[in-house]
Amino acid sequence: MESSVLFSIGLSIQVAVIATFFVVLVGIGIAYLLAMKNFRGKILLDVICTLPLVMPPSVTGYYLIIVFGRNGVLGKPVYELTGWSIMFTWQAAVLASFVVALPLMIRTTRAALETVDRDLIRVSYTLGRSELETFFKISLPLAKRGIYAGTVLSFARAMGEFGATIMVAGNIPGRTDTMPIAIYSCAGSGDWQKAHILAAIFTVISALFLLAANRFSSSSV
Amino acid sequence: MLYKTKVVRTITILLAVLLYSNGVYAEELLVSAAMSLKNVFEEIAPIYEQQVPDVTVHFNFGSSGALEKQIEAGAPADVFASASQRFMDMLEKENGITPGSCRHFAQNSMVLIVPRDNPANINGFNDLGSGNRNKICIGNPGSVPAGRYAKEVLQNMNLYQKIQKNLIMGEHVRQVLDYVARGEVDAGIVYATDARIRSKEVKVLSAAPRGSHMDIFYPAAVVSSSQLQKQALDFVEFLSKHTQAKELLQKHGFSLIGIK
Repeated sequence: MESSVLFSIGLSIQVAVIATFFVVLVGIGIAYLLAMKNFRGKILLDVICTLPLVMPPSVTGYYLIIVFGRNGVLGKPVYELTGWSIMFTWQAAVLASFVVALPLMIRTTRAALETVDRDLIRVSYTLGRSELETFFKISLPLAKRGIYAGTVLSFARAMGEFGATIMVAGNIPGRTDTMPIAIYSCAGSGDWQKAHILAAIFTVISALFLLAANRFSSSSV
Repeated sequence: MLYKTKVVRTITILLAVLLYSNGVYAEELLVSAAMSLKNVFEEIAPIYEQQVPDVTVHFNFGSSGALEKQIEAGAPADVFASASQRFMDMLEKENGITPGSCRHFAQNSMVLIVPRDNPANINGFNDLGSGNRNKICIGNPGSVPAGRYAKEVLQNMNLYQKIQKNLIMGEHVRQVLDYVARGEVDAGIVYATDARIRSKEVKVLSAAPRGSHMDIFYPAAVVSSSQLQKQALDFVEFLSKHTQAKELLQKHGFSLIGIK
């Protein structure tokens, strides 16, 4: 198989795995806040975290450029200090996938946490367990089904991310061309053979992943 | 009973009105055109519509390669205006254009641009290879004609190999322009006509030397599957022959050298 095809497959998996790792970490944290706490700006946080779900990825990508671009709100100081910009790097693909997949994790995890019986949590507190301990021993295990579902959805979304990625990571052969971008690029330049191969592989990977996820969640939960 | 006949009569009248009014509407000519033609075509359309009142012109702008693929796959279009003869030839090979309808109507050239404040301090083509971190944006040579011409220029100057790892591939020529204007990249190679559009944000350093790339002729042709063959050919003729169209093309920086 062509090395550029292998590269795209490897990069897609790498980007999706790293993005999902951060999505799970951050997503569970935010979901916990939204499900269990009341604080000022809660609704705002909820809306901001859900926006990438309803906005077209091109709009998300546009905001990412405004924030993280070389002349962006955060990107500019970083670029001036280090001479490095996240634009057109594979890390930008991770960033795009992270932002787009995060709402899926938050929403499913939050729903799962909200169904956890509050009495169990209160009992744990009265038995002298700290909030952190209660979270890891009571809430998290009881919500694990939702967390698995959120992780699977996030991974799938991260793997298939295209619109925001092509805006911030660009389409650099051998550097940032994930599978969806490579397929788009091949189709646009008439390289149908490579597009066929990549599309077929992508479909197989997605199907295998969903099968595994189904089996995993039905047998272990 | 009376109520029923009233309803039937109303519906009949409404239908008649709808059917009749359909005939009054102008024919809609769909022109699939290269991104670099956007501004000039949007000015040519109202003038054409004034001259030919029973036709309204709609545009579908994109990279020529993508448009060619769309038309080849059966997307509706009446006219195809490409930024490169190559994609016209590809479509012709698939019997996608009406024989004898193809006309060259403009010529373009390539220029090297940098953001206004020129952060990488690039002063010409030869500086492109100097900084290792310089990011240089060109269109994707596979699907964007402007990218192919840019690649030709770089190859001609023996720069392509050297800077290949610093190249960012834009999905169409306007994206290249936008990345440079925003300062996301240090330099870009675009059409001379594009550089003019955002002259406040980008600086033109130099034009690609004559002969460093193939002549950039813009061909337009009638799509063979179009239902409006006559109107489409008329629009193509208008582009290549009419004085007002020629004036507008020149106003936007296109050259008419070699255009009959």
